[in-house]
Amino acid sequence: MTSELAIDARDLVKVFNRGSSVRALDGFSLQVPRGIVMGLLGPNGSGKTTAVRILSTILSPTSGSASILGLDVAKQADAVRRTIGLAGQYATVDENLTGRENIRMVGQLTHMSKAGAASKADELLERFSLTDAGNRPVKTYSGGMRRRLDLAASLVAAPPLLFLDEPTTGLDPQSRNDLWEIIEQLVTEGTTVLLTTQYLEEADRLADDIVVIDHGREIAHGTPAVLKAQLGTTVVEVSFADHAAADRGLELIRSLTEKEPIREGSMVELTVENGPRVAADVLRALDAAQLEPLGLAIREPSLDDVFLSLTGRRTAEEVAADESTSKKRRRGDKESQ
Amino acid sequence: MTATVTQVEKLSAPMRLVWAWRDMKTVTWRNLLGSVRTPEAIFFSSLQPIMFVLLFRYVFGGAIPVPGGNYVNYLMPGIFVQTVCFGSVATAIGLAEDLQKGLIERFRALPMARSAVLGGRTTADSIRNVVVLVILTIVGVLVGFRPEAGVANFLLGCLVMLIFAYALSWGFSVIGLIAPNSETAQLMTFPLLFPLTFASGAFSPVEAMPGWLRGFATWQPVGTAVAAARSLMVGGVYSQPDKVYWALGWSALMLAVFSFMAVRLYRKVD
Repeated sequence: MTSELAIDARDLVKVFNRGSSVRALDGFSLQVPRGIVMGLLGPNGSGKTTAVRILSTILSPTSGSASILGLDVAKQADAVRRTIGLAGQYATVDENLTGRENIRMVGQLTHMSKAGAASKADELLERFSLTDAGNRPVKTYSGGMRRRLDLAASLVAAPPLLFLDEPTTGLDPQSRNDLWEIIEQLVTEGTTVLLTTQYLEEADRLADDIVVIDHGREIAHGTPAVLKAQLGTTVVEVSFADHAAADRGLELIRSLTEKEPIREGSMVELTVENGPRVAADVLRALDAAQLEPLGLAIREPSLDDVFLSLTGRRTAEEVAADESTSKKRRRGDKESQ
Repeated sequence: MTATVTQVEKLSAPMRLVWAWRDMKTVTWRNLLGSVRTPEAIFFSSLQPIMFVLLFRYVFGGAIPVPGGNYVNYLMPGIFVQTVCFGSVATAIGLAEDLQKGLIERFRALPMARSAVLGGRTTADSIRNVVVLVILTIVGVLVGFRPEAGVANFLLGCLVMLIFAYALSWGFSVIGLIAPNSETAQLMTFPLLFPLTFASGAFSPVEAMPGWLRGFATWQPVGTAVAAARSLMVGGVYSQPDKVYWALGWSALMLAVFSFMAVRLYRKVD
C-alpha cells in the first residue's frame, strides 16, 4: 500500500457533453512525490478544477487512471476519501451553521466520534484564529474567514494529501497572505499539497514544482525558478502612437536583445532578465531613431506572460469570458457526465 | 497533520449500514439546524396554508355544498394534505441549493455513505412537515375543525399524509437534482403540484366536477391521499377505507420509482 507518489495520474481524459462535447482534460498526466507542494497553474477553463475533481473522486474520468498514495480513485474511492482533504475557491461551508458546527459535521461524516469531532473543532478553530467567531453562523463571516473555515474543515481527518483549488481567488491581499502562511505551515508538518492557482505569484511562493496546464494538457513543467528563467523576470512594455510606429519600434527593439519582442496592437512587449537596463537601452535606441514612445512600463511577469511565452497567445479574453460563465459552467459540469 | 496513511481497510456490511444510518442522522441534523436558523422560512411556509384555511373557511366555504354539510371538517384534511405536499417542495429547493453552493462537492469527497445526502434531506423535510402539521391542527381547531373519528384515527391520518409526503419528497429530489438552480427547482414543482392538489377533492367534492375530471381527481395520488385523510380523521359520511390503501399504494410506488431515479441521478451528477 505504500507508494512513493502521492498522486499518480496517467492520460486523464474528461469529456463533458453539454450541447457540444468539451474536452476538459485531454491526456493529462501528473506525478506528485510525497511531501511537496505541486502547483497546477492555468487560466479559468484550462482543466485545473476538473483534474482536482477527478483526483478527489468527485468526478470519474472518461478515460485514463489515477491513484492517490497507491489507492485507485475509481476502485478504492472510499479509501481515497479517507486520505484526502479538499478546500476550494467556492468555500463549501454551510452558511446556516456556525463555524464550529461545520467542522463537527465534517468530522462526524469522516466517522470520528462525536467527542473527537468536537475537540478537533475546538483545536482547528483556535489554530485558524476563528475561536471568537466559532459560534456565529457562517453567513456573518467575511470572505477570508470562510476560506479559513473551509480549509480547517478539510483538515479534520489530518489528511496526508490536501487539494487546494484556487484557495485565494477573490481574496484581499491581507487574507491571501494569512492563508499562504497557514498553507506553508501545513507543508512543514509534512502534508503533500496539490495547489491550483491562476496566480504566478502564488505558485511562486508556495509551490516546489509547477505544471502549467492549458486546454486540458500540460504545456510546461518545472520548478518556479526554471519556469521564470525560461520566461525572464521582468516585462518591458512600450506603447506607440499607431501601428506603423509600433512596427518600427518592434524592429528596433528586436535588434537590441536576443529575446523575441511581441507586438500587440500599438504596444511592443519584451520579457527579459534585466528590465531597467533593457528599458534604458530601448529608450536610447528610440531616441536615436527619433521614434517617440507614448508610454513605457516595467512590470513583473504575470501568468498571462507565461502563457504568451509558452503558447504565443493571450489568455486575457478567455479569462474574461470564462469568469462570467464559470458559475454556469460549474452547474453544466454537474449536469452532464 | 502527520503524513501517516489513515485506516483504509474495507468496512464490513453491517458496519457500513451503521455508518449510513449515522451519516443520514448527521445530514438530517444539519438540514434541520438550517431550518431553525431561518425561522422566517418556517413562518411563511405555515402562513400560506393558514391563509388557505381562512380563505376557504370564511370566503368560499359558504358557497361549496359538501356531504354532511360541515365544510370546515371537509376542508381541513384537504388543507393538511395540500400543505405537506407543498412542504415536500423544500426537498427540491434544498438539494438544488446544496448543489449550487458546492456543498454536495464536499460531501462527495468525504468517506460518508452515498445515500446520506438524499436520505438526510427527505427525512429533515418530513420532520419539518410534522411541525407545520401541528401548527395547522391548532389553527384548524380554532376555526371549528373537529376530527370526529377520534384522536387515534386523527394521528393515523397524519401518519398516512406524512408517508405520502415523504414519498413525494423523493419525487421532488429528482427535480432538485436536475434543476439548474433552486429558484428554477421551485418553479418546476408548481405545474405538477397545482393540478394535483386542486383537482383532488381537497376543497370541493369531486362529484361536482365534470366527468372527465372526476376520474382523475378521484384516483390520482393526491386525490386518494385527501380521501384517505378525510376518511380517517372525520369518518362518517367521508368513510372510504379503501382510499387509505390506495394512498399507501401510491406512496409505495412513488417511493420505489423516485428513490431509484434520485439515487441514480445523484451518483451520476458531478
